[in-house]
Amino acid sequence: MSHAEDHEGTRRDFLYYVAGGAGVVATGAAVWPLINQMNPSADVQALSSIRVDVSGVEPGTQLTVKWLGKPVFIRHRTGAEIAEAQEQDAEGTGALPDPLARNANLNADAPATDANRVMPSPEGEAPGAWIVQMGVCTHLGCVPLGDAGDFGGWFCPCHGSHYDLAGRIRKGPAPENLPVPPAEWTDNSTIRLG
Amino acid sequence: MSGIPHDHYEPKTDGEKWLNSRLPIVGLLYDTLMIPTPKNLNWMWIWGIVLTFCLALQIITGIVLVMHYTPHVDLAFASVEHIMRNVNGGYFIRYLHMNGASLFFVAVYIHIFRGLYYGSYKSPREITWIIGMLIYLMMMGTAFMGYVLPWGQMSFWGATVITGLFGAIPFVGDAIQTWLLGGPAVDNATLNRFFSLHYLLPFIIAALVVVHIWAFHTTGNNNPTGVDVRRTSKADAEKDTLPFWPYFVIKDLFALAVILVVFWAIVGFMPNYLGHPDNYIEANPLVTPAHIVPEWYFLPFYAILRAFTGEVWVVQIASFITGGIIDAKFFGVLAMFGAILAMALAPWLDTSSVRSGKYRPMFKWWFYLLVIDFFALMWLGAMPAEEPYATFSLIASAYWFAYFFVILPILGVIEKPQAPPETIEEDFNAHYGKADADATPAE
Amino acid sequence: MFKKLAIGAALALAVAPVASNAAGGGEQHVEDFHFSFEGPFGTYDESQLQRGLQVYTEVCAACHGLRYVPLRDLEALGYSEEQVIAYAAGNFEVFDPELDDFRPAIPTDHFPENNGVGAPDLSLMAKARAGFHGPYGLGINQLFKGMGGAEYIASLLDGYTGKEKEEAGSVLYENTAFPGGWISMAPPLADDQVEYADGHAATVEEMSKDVSAFLMWAAEPKMMDRKNAGFVGVLFLTILSVILYLVNKRLWAPVKGKRH
Repeated sequence: MSHAEDHEGTRRDFLYYVAGGAGVVATGAAVWPLINQMNPSADVQALSSIRVDVSGVEPGTQLTVKWLGKPVFIRHRTGAEIAEAQEQDAEGTGALPDPLARNANLNADAPATDANRVMPSPEGEAPGAWIVQMGVCTHLGCVPLGDAGDFGGWFCPCHGSHYDLAGRIRKGPAPENLPVPPAEWTDNSTIRLG
Repeated sequence: MSGIPHDHYEPKTDGEKWLNSRLPIVGLLYDTLMIPTPKNLNWMWIWGIVLTFCLALQIITGIVLVMHYTPHVDLAFASVEHIMRNVNGGYFIRYLHMNGASLFFVAVYIHIFRGLYYGSYKSPREITWIIGMLIYLMMMGTAFMGYVLPWGQMSFWGATVITGLFGAIPFVGDAIQTWLLGGPAVDNATLNRFFSLHYLLPFIIAALVVVHIWAFHTTGNNNPTGVDVRRTSKADAEKDTLPFWPYFVIKDLFALAVILVVFWAIVGFMPNYLGHPDNYIEANPLVTPAHIVPEWYFLPFYAILRAFTGEVWVVQIASFITGGIIDAKFFGVLAMFGAILAMALAPWLDTSSVRSGKYRPMFKWWFYLLVIDFFALMWLGAMPAEEPYATFSLIASAYWFAYFFVILPILGVIEKPQAPPETIEEDFNAHYGKADADATPAE
Repeated sequence: MFKKLAIGAALALAVAPVASNAAGGGEQHVEDFHFSFEGPFGTYDESQLQRGLQVYTEVCAACHGLRYVPLRDLEALGYSEEQVIAYAAGNFEVFDPELDDFRPAIPTDHFPENNGVGAPDLSLMAKARAGFHGPYGLGINQLFKGMGGAEYIASLLDGYTGKEKEEAGSVLYENTAFPGGWISMAPPLADDQVEYADGHAATVEEMSKDVSAFLMWAAEPKMMDRKNAGFVGVLFLTILSVILYLVNKRLWAPVKGKRH
């Protein structure tokens, strides 16, 4: 008799636990879509990666494109500029205000050498011919000017930050080098950002 | 009235006492959840929970949709497509909201007819009934304005036709219609205000639902016998009732789950079945669709609206007596709102001394005829306004009014009702047998 | 009482789609073509959608736009990112307000609008039309055979009788699927007008079905996801119902005596 009662009791408890568990699953399944719908929608996500045709960017010029709502500088460096950048590089990274490459395509601790800042060059071009970086001053977010400043690279007119030919901060209040976004060649004349 | 005698919340620990003396919210929740409920409630008493669920579903999915929707005539249609194509899971949330309205109305109609059959509207539950009718009216307004928001062809022309009803009011009709629309025709101003009101009304409905529940928690639930719970003592009351939690919560949740299986299948497999293809065409003020038909839940009243044309003698007499002030168009509008008013007046039109239709042999048949009449009107509302449908509509509309204004009052006088059981306990035991004497109810 | 009203509710569902009485013409004939995406478990046929896209691109796109469909969504038809980029750039030009000029389309653009000859946009056409909803406006046909939007489009494309007439200066073509029987669109398809990449026979009927399937996808790209969610939900809710049924029965057992 008492055995039967025990058995009955366990079965009933088990049923209640199952029901409670199913209720929790139902609630979770209902809540997740309500949260997920606030994540970026497909049209926004599609814009997180863009392709830029750089076939028209001659050496010595720069293309500015908008990516994720911010400007990106794509500079095609001339042979002289590459040489000058390598000269600037010779001083070593230790003396730089920011010794890190800030390149999203490399490890976070990569040193700020010129080679770590530039794009790998497509076939038939000198190494270091292309450099891609965010056109946002790391100080307070202004857009630096190209071909300007004491180091031949970029100059931010807002508070006077000078960047060299590899986009590294040299002088002025900016704390970090211009960040290099995720970028790769999809063919010899197209760069994919993001 | 203090309600049915039952146990109340007693704060035990110091913490509970501290809270209870400042905000007796636990007690309020306890009393609401543990309310003594007639134990003989049948499966027609589950629709209240279904309706509560619908309201929550519509408010939650609605708030989510608003995050992606743009109420502007140039952007509304495209923003709905944005929800359908780009927003994470947006297509399902939108289909839930769209079909949720249908589930809401299925539930509310069964809930209303339940009340009509079992006499739930009768004394002392008139206020519960009237609040319910107010909720129903607001639901119709909310559903109508919500249907305008996707800015499809049916949205636009439905809005044009329905606001046109207000234009039928003598003297001030045009002014009222212009005021409603915010201009000479349905346009951006209309869309914006409908959006605002569509967002607002559900919260007013939620408040009215609280009042509705408060009212019937005061009078106690009706039940299939219509016999009152004995309030002579707590012991007597306990013989007739069980606490709402867990008995009726679990029962209602089971019913809700079964209903949701069907609902989910519709949303997943045929979400546009209840919709209208024309609403996938963007609104165009220059082209009217071939057939303008309201959503299914408006069809019975739409049929009544159209039934009273200028050829009907009642309309002609009304027009003659009022010197043309009440023309056919206005008569139709009056008839439509009158049909809903008739339901609201049921507590005072029904003269029978017996509450539940179960014990009223003649009433039953007239009631079933009313149910059939309702479906007939729904079907007729979707049919073209031509013969033989026009005549059918007129007959069906006439029965609707006759039921409330003639049959209900007369039946109470001429009908000889059967005797209901003495107590709810007696009815329950007749159905299920007496509980074993030694078995105690769980918890 | 409950049973009666339950039947009533089922009837209400059946009566409702009378509302879908979009195309009422008596002689109108919508053929009940079979599509792979019909029914609760139907899925889109990828190669059919690709063929349909080809027909749209080579024939329909001359007059009809698809303004709500993003080109990037074509990856769902089994194309690679590169193929979509090439397709977009090779077939469409879009106006770019930043350039203030036209440029080749990229995947993040939508198919362009096309208002040239006043032909309707096709983005939602497969949901904006419906098949036979009867009998007597009861919606029973659609309950069993689906809404019929794709069937309508296929029937229309395959429904030209070859007769034409001139009315108010414009030529009208007789069509068995079009409400009223006379349509201003000239028969757009002829046998072997399109050479399918997969070697599929390009009869008018096959092309009509393919492009209709593609347009159904264009109108409802999330149909497969929706049915999946529907299936999982129905399954879960059924299990939940069974659990709650058992809990309810057990809960009430001590209260209810044995039925005599």
